[in-house]
Amino acid sequence: MGAKKENSDDEMDEKVKKYLRGEAANLEGLKDKKLKGQLAVREDLYGKSAKTAAKIEKWLLPSEGGYLEAEGIEKTWRIKQESIAREVDILSSRNQYDIVLPELGPYSLDFTSNGRYMAAAGRKGHLAIVDMKTLNLIKEIQVRETVRDVAYLHNELFFAAAQKKYPYIYNRDGTELHCLKEHGAVLRLQFLKNHFLLASINKFGQLRYQDVTMGEMIGNFRTGLGRTDVMQVNPYNGVVALGHSSGTVTMWKPTSAVPLVKMLSHPGPVSSLAFHPNGHVMATSGRENKIKIWDLRKFEVIQTLPCHAKTLNFSQKGLLAAGTGSFIQILADFSGSQNYSSYMTHSMAKGYQVGKVLFRPYEDVLGIGHSMGWSSILIPGSGEPNFDSWVANPFETSKQRREKEVHSLLDKLPPETIMLDPTKVGTVRAAQKKEKPTKKEIEAEMEAAIETAKDTDFKKKTKGRNKPSKRATKRREMISRAKRPFLEQRTQEHETSRKKQKTEMPKSLQRFVRQKAT
Amino acid sequence: MKVKVISRSTGEFTRERSQDLQRVFRNFDPTLRSQEKAVEYVRALNAAKLDKIFARPFIGAMDGHRDSIKCMAKNPNYLKAIFSGSDDGDIRLWDMASRRTVCQFPGHQGAVQGLTVSTDGSILVSCGSDCTVRLWNVSDANVADSDYLSDNSAKPQAVYVWKNAFRAVDHQWDGDLFATAGAQVDVWNHNRSQPVNTFDWGSDTTISIRFNPGEPNILATSANDRSITLYDLRMSSPARKVIMRTKTNSIAWNPMEPMNFTAANEDCNCYSYDARKLEEAKCVHKDHVSAVMDIDFSPTGREFVTGSYDRTVRIFQYNGGHSREIYHTKRMQRVFCVKYSCDASYVISGSDDTNLRLWKAKASEQLGVVLPRERKKHEYLEAVKNRYKHLPEVKRIVRHRHLPKPVYKAANLRRTMIEAERRKEQRRKAHSAPGSIMTEPVRKRRIIKEVE
Repeated sequence: MGAKKENSDDEMDEKVKKYLRGEAANLEGLKDKKLKGQLAVREDLYGKSAKTAAKIEKWLLPSEGGYLEAEGIEKTWRIKQESIAREVDILSSRNQYDIVLPELGPYSLDFTSNGRYMAAAGRKGHLAIVDMKTLNLIKEIQVRETVRDVAYLHNELFFAAAQKKYPYIYNRDGTELHCLKEHGAVLRLQFLKNHFLLASINKFGQLRYQDVTMGEMIGNFRTGLGRTDVMQVNPYNGVVALGHSSGTVTMWKPTSAVPLVKMLSHPGPVSSLAFHPNGHVMATSGRENKIKIWDLRKFEVIQTLPCHAKTLNFSQKGLLAAGTGSFIQILADFSGSQNYSSYMTHSMAKGYQVGKVLFRPYEDVLGIGHSMGWSSILIPGSGEPNFDSWVANPFETSKQRREKEVHSLLDKLPPETIMLDPTKVGTVRAAQKKEKPTKKEIEAEMEAAIETAKDTDFKKKTKGRNKPSKRATKRREMISRAKRPFLEQRTQEHETSRKKQKTEMPKSLQRFVRQKAT
Repeated sequence: MKVKVISRSTGEFTRERSQDLQRVFRNFDPTLRSQEKAVEYVRALNAAKLDKIFARPFIGAMDGHRDSIKCMAKNPNYLKAIFSGSDDGDIRLWDMASRRTVCQFPGHQGAVQGLTVSTDGSILVSCGSDCTVRLWNVSDANVADSDYLSDNSAKPQAVYVWKNAFRAVDHQWDGDLFATAGAQVDVWNHNRSQPVNTFDWGSDTTISIRFNPGEPNILATSANDRSITLYDLRMSSPARKVIMRTKTNSIAWNPMEPMNFTAANEDCNCYSYDARKLEEAKCVHKDHVSAVMDIDFSPTGREFVTGSYDRTVRIFQYNGGHSREIYHTKRMQRVFCVKYSCDASYVISGSDDTNLRLWKAKASEQLGVVLPRERKKHEYLEAVKNRYKHLPEVKRIVRHRHLPKPVYKAANLRRTMIEAERRKEQRRKAHSAPGSIMTEPVRKRRIIKEVE
């Protein structure tokens, strides 16, 4: 009984730690007693709310997650989808299917954030929107052009398709709303939910960010690393990662033309990239048939797996799906210490080439887009069983959807908030040493000061006091006054540098110190 | 093989009838939400902006007096009413909801210098420069009867004439004694026509008087000789006195912490004292640019309102050094009296331009019945704004107040002067032996001495 209680205490502690979102502040060094008291009260409140949240998680959540346990000598990765289908209820077994559309090309998929709707795009121009709850086809259109990628915008009403020459934005009814000419021939599209930014990478390796609420182009960057079609958004901090053919992975934010991070991950081209929902773990795969699991806080490899992977995706619960050819492998880390091992496998029919694997949010389902259409298989334990109605609601009514749209527009984040560590917002930045302005900058400043001095208007004096010679002298005086501080600074610098040189030399050599020609 | 897959039945997660509320499910897991701090920051910014958009503090002016309003009194039993007395002897009872005079109490021959209501709300005591104290019957029945006729006037219950003009009056919180301030401090009983007790310490007129809300026998007065004196009725002798550099115009006790009082001083500051320890002020509240004329605490004890000679009304926090809010209007001239309403939602100011003005205590507050969801939203926005109010963008919006130009210029001038003094003091310190010049904190600097 005592040991059991200890176990549950540990469990609660873990949960409480998760809800605390970081360490408590160190109040020891504070001298201001009033502030210390106020902060102590607040820390106490945080502790209480984290404990309450942990208790709610333990007792009040309506659903429990899925699981797959093998019995006896059976191994989980040998279990086939058919045997799972026999054990689960009818509603879940409906989620296993294969849609065969052989002549319309390899399919790309995207789910809305609540997992309710799916957009499928076939290479030969087939766009389809399916309601996954009822497995109804809502709308399908044929755009008669190559479609390389599809991405949902903030809700199921809008999606963007990367077509042959430009990306287009369509309505749920299939009406074309916008043609985004500036993007060019896009290979991949990604939508940043919190910022309402549509990111695209095109054939020339140009990365573009466009704000879909006002249509403003926020950023337009030449990556300089060539054509690539590996692009993923890190959901934790909104950073876009690109994998290049040189094996480097670069991470971008919309406000800077140089990448935040450039890391060499594979000896050959990077074939796919995926981010764990907690934002600290990234999986990359290269052509040398290795999957590397990275820790993004230290930018170090945690694990290397010998596995083929043309496409990677993390589920909400941290399961990693890797697909190549017609074989899909699901990896899971059971111990929580980022040690991934094989959990399940699935082989499709021989001719099917997997194009994209995507986990369906809030369901234990993996969607597979392949060369002959799309399929869906059951992966127990991959989805988050308890959704939050105010984050993503699979049972949303249209009224709720409209409300949510308005609220998310009000909470739209400006593009400047995208940074590698999103918890830095509102914190104090470490004091930076002020760099000395370069010579050019100083000269520029001097020029500016002289210009303003030249521009000043003089009072029009009367009664013979407005002689041109007097005006000229006054102007010259203003200009020399504007120049004075800079010249003084220059002489001071010379003095100090001379003194420094003198003192640096040993005494016997000081009289030979060369004074810099001014 | 044991297997379970997530399967949600629609019935459990959607409502049964259209008259039910939609079901809301919550999961507080941080991994479901990304960039929480940035979202909170954006919400704080929007909340600060919305606050400013909805900030309409002025409700209305109560017009009717014919001379400047010198004193006000609130009836603790009846929220809607306020009494005001003016310089021509006119005392009126106002109904704040309709902003009309309910009843007039004519009788004083000169200026009405002080008004106070007994704690049970039955007697209004007024004193004036015509050396009289008048008691009026203002029980609920009496007030409710009157029907918004501005002619409605009442007769005083009693008129007591005494030797000198009176400057202020206050009623005991838990008894039937009231005290007047004038040449000396007199303690009266309702039924006696002569003061029961007289205190006289010092040779100058007492200009304001306040009974302690917690201890019914303690009262504080301020006099023209720049002193604040505490009296105890049981001891029949003055207890303590603190002499400051400038005179105190008004005193208010904190209703929630009755040992603390705040004094509104002539040197534009308010000083909060602990009555047990008068050698040093607890807190100095600086923001006015001219003499502070009156002060009143909110019933929550967390805020107080001050009215000053510089035509502004400011609301301070009980422990804050600077004002939270400033109210001013072009038409409002020198503010001589302020009151915080008994439900802590309104502030009333009486000024030189013969008007009483009604303001909201929280400028962007929604008046009327607030639905629980609305209230929760307001509380959330307030909390998130307070969390980020130190960041530059949010701070700029939250702190911004429009000041009338004379006040702005005067404040700049004061700041320059104080800065200059401080700089000189620092230089004197830097050029003398370390430890030879000790700067006194402001809390002590303004006090000359404490006398038993």
